[in-house]
Amino acid sequence: MVTTTASVPVARAPKRSIWSRLPVVHQLRQSVGVQRAMLVTGLVITALFVIVAIFAPLIAPYGFAQLHGADGKDFGSQQPPSPAHIWGTTVGGYDVFSRVIWGAQTAASVIIVAVVLSIFIGVLLGLVSGYIGGWIDRVLLVVCDAIYAFPTLLLAIVMSIVISGGQSSLWGGIFAAAISITVVYIPQYFRVIRAEAVRIKAEAYVESAKVVGASTGRIMFKHVFRNSTRTLPLIFTLNASEAILTLAGLGFLGFGIEPSSAAEWGYDLNKAIADVTSGIWWTGLYPGLAIVLVVLGITLVGESLNDLADPRLRGRRAVAAASGETADITVVPGGPNEAPGGLEGLEPGAGIEHEGIEVRE
Amino acid sequence: MTALLDAPDPLSQTAAPASAPGTRRPGGGLLRYIIIRFLLIIPTVFILVTVVFFLMRSTGDPITAAQGGRLPPDELARRVHEAGYDQPLIVQYFQYLGQVFTGNFGTTFSDHQAVTTVLVTYGAATLELAFYALIVAFIVGVPLGMLAAYFRDKGWDAALRIFAILCYATPVFFAGLLLKLIFSVWLGWLPVSGRATTGDELTMQSLDHPTGIYLIDAFQTGDPAVVGDVLAHAVLPGIALGFLTAGVFLRLVRTNVISTLSTDYVASGRSRGVSEFRLVRKHAYRPALIPIITVMGLQIALLLGGAVLTETTFEWKGLGFQLAQYLQARDYVAVQGIVAMLAVIVAITNFVVDVIAALIDPRVRY
Repeated sequence: MVTTTASVPVARAPKRSIWSRLPVVHQLRQSVGVQRAMLVTGLVITALFVIVAIFAPLIAPYGFAQLHGADGKDFGSQQPPSPAHIWGTTVGGYDVFSRVIWGAQTAASVIIVAVVLSIFIGVLLGLVSGYIGGWIDRVLLVVCDAIYAFPTLLLAIVMSIVISGGQSSLWGGIFAAAISITVVYIPQYFRVIRAEAVRIKAEAYVESAKVVGASTGRIMFKHVFRNSTRTLPLIFTLNASEAILTLAGLGFLGFGIEPSSAAEWGYDLNKAIADVTSGIWWTGLYPGLAIVLVVLGITLVGESLNDLADPRLRGRRAVAAASGETADITVVPGGPNEAPGGLEGLEPGAGIEHEGIEVRE
Repeated sequence: MTALLDAPDPLSQTAAPASAPGTRRPGGGLLRYIIIRFLLIIPTVFILVTVVFFLMRSTGDPITAAQGGRLPPDELARRVHEAGYDQPLIVQYFQYLGQVFTGNFGTTFSDHQAVTTVLVTYGAATLELAFYALIVAFIVGVPLGMLAAYFRDKGWDAALRIFAILCYATPVFFAGLLLKLIFSVWLGWLPVSGRATTGDELTMQSLDHPTGIYLIDAFQTGDPAVVGDVLAHAVLPGIALGFLTAGVFLRLVRTNVISTLSTDYVASGRSRGVSEFRLVRKHAYRPALIPIITVMGLQIALLLGGAVLTETTFEWKGLGFQLAQYLQARDYVAVQGIVAMLAVIVAITNFVVDVIAALIDPRVRY
């Protein structure tokens, strides 16, 4: 047994640098052909979105709630695209281009708040539920399943009524939208983390940690949590794109952020529906395209990560090229990570603890 | 988006998805599965009704929400008292549960209709829309998914997958807006909104037994012009909502056909010289449809959410349109009632879908 533990580290692949182990970078190197093209496209669009969101004040020629120019003259309502307003003006007299640019900032803020909140709460609940088990687990599972099965938009509507009563300031609105979205996505993080926690709980390294007397909290966060996070980047991208759609849906139904507090694409589309019947296309086209483009970009990233994680879907050449690295990111619970005899034998130190325990027994 | 993640059904902890080999506890009859699955509807509905009740009530009572500021305070207080909204929340909660248990989901505030009546009146329209959307989704999604699997990792596959993501990434109201702009306003081929022209609507309502499902009603009138009118109105909303689901179907069929293509029986077929096209068409296609049925359950939820937006976009007078109206009017009794009732519908549909999946695939059992 001691000889095995000693020989295994020698057989391991050379340790890769931190840079190449970062979630997305690793996949980028692993991918080939069409898949790499999709991943790169997604990353480029997402990066563009982030840049626009950060530098919105510099890019946008006017404010999101600005109704008249420096000369004090009103922009006018539903003006067609012109040099002064390259994408025209809305029925409310706002500049379409500026509102689309500012909208990126709103969308990005909502995504960040929503995803951080739901990761935090979902992961915590998932860990507790999966590791401790018992009746807490059963109750949480049933509650999350019930919420999970329900139309997300309806739940978000109910939440936004509760939080803001349907009005609000910039940050009030962003938080209301984000929290509404959070409630909807907690079950997803919860499920994934719980499933991982249940699997990891049975691993021998957790058992040995227990025997050496590590506290429940320490085991949960040091051993179980650290080993259950590899699916998070994937769910993160998937949820970020859905958060945008939910935000737009809320805005479209009039439960988003007031136009004077922030620019929001869904709200602008709602106002544009009536314009369409009179042939005014510029008020709806651009905010809509913005939503499609951002969701497309983020989804391309998520989709590529998903495929690269699943050996059955990965490009054939890539399988051969990177078969040695499959274990690093699989999302299949109990997939390639469960070598016969468990992974813990591969980790120096764990086996020794195990030895020591056996002697005492 | 959930559908991207191998679509876990609400019970996947116990009933493994059809794609996962082997369940934890083999044995256990189909009947037992159906009974347990049926009993699980109760906690699901109970939890959702409870959550919705407390959330909605945490904002205050619905009368103040709807009338606050418009009525003098003492009049408001009297109305609140009459409706029993000044009782302790827990008392109201049990009263509400009792009502829901007897099928009474409350009366709307703005137009004094029973929520169940609202469902019966407008549900038919939503059902019809969902039906059109599913047809579009099947016609578009399944063949394209097979095609993508056949051209796996080639240019066509990439194009189809991007199409699938675009279907998902385009909000239904934006798709609706574009469709309206192109086909109704610019080309003038199809009507802008509504379910039928007013004249035909009146004809159908004067029938002896109007079903509320306009396609059936139109056939009842026996007038081909009415049928044509109803269908013309259905095209754009059906496409807008259907493409949303079509993307999910395309992706699912592709993934599943690819994974069945790597199974032993397909490999043996290939070694016997069966053409690749025939393998996709005959061998890998059927097993790939099972997950679609499972995912249909989740699609119902997606369709209902999408229906709210589609109906608002096209002024399709269904449940979703009506819900949006009540939201605008701040009629939270109606909102709570409709949402609670939709919870029941979603729970029951999921049950039916799970049972169908269990009938088809013997691996799905407790």
